[in-house]
Amino acid sequence: MDVLYFAWVRERIGLPREKVETEAVTVRDLVTELRAREERYAAAFEDISALRVALDQELAEFDAPLAGVREVAFFPPMTGG
Amino acid sequence: MRISVQEAPFDLGQESAAFAAGHRDMGAVVTFTGIVRDLPEDPMEAMEIEHYPGMTQKAISQIAEEALARFSLGDVLVIHRYGRLVPGEMIMMVATAARHRSHAFEAASFLMDYLKSRAPFWKREISRSGVEWVAATDADEDALARWTPRAP
Repeated sequence: MDVLYFAWVRERIGLPREKVETEAVTVRDLVTELRAREERYAAAFEDISALRVALDQELAEFDAPLAGVREVAFFPPMTGG
Repeated sequence: MRISVQEAPFDLGQESAAFAAGHRDMGAVVTFTGIVRDLPEDPMEAMEIEHYPGMTQKAISQIAEEALARFSLGDVLVIHRYGRLVPGEMIMMVATAARHRSHAFEAASFLMDYLKSRAPFWKREISRSGVEWVAATDADEDALARWTPRAP
């Protein structure tokens, strides 16, 4: 699946998107996998209460299942308007 | 309904006039405009607005559809810019048309509350003291609560 990062999540991880092969069942499981990768991921995902997630471009919860999902995006709370 | 997510500036006068002219059966048009403000104590050089191209248009459309239905609007317009903006530039505008003014005002307020925390934009301020991401506040989230009926 494609994993996208925005704003300071993108800055901490150092890239805007990447392909990730995963068996993770939920978003939370994916976060656990990513966190274990490298320090920069651990830093970005340190506090998930400060993050939001979208699955296939719709806002979702961290407990949401990943089955069939093609695009996951992580970002801080939005500041539009 | 028109939603435009764009980098280029827009002409507030022209957009407002065109929107108002298109709705002879609507007695009330409300427009709101968001502008990059400058803080005298820490002059801002620029504001950079990032967005999520695949999601932005869709998220704003859902918010606008909800406003149309909820406030019986005749029409709604949302223009939101991204990219680098300097103080004084217009970031975005909404316009709502309704038969009566209370619905037009309420709908504009609803749109702004939702665009603020449910449209995938992230602002970052560049000033002499550095670069800082604008943080969402609890007040932004609380603002949504008034549109959601409380569970009995």
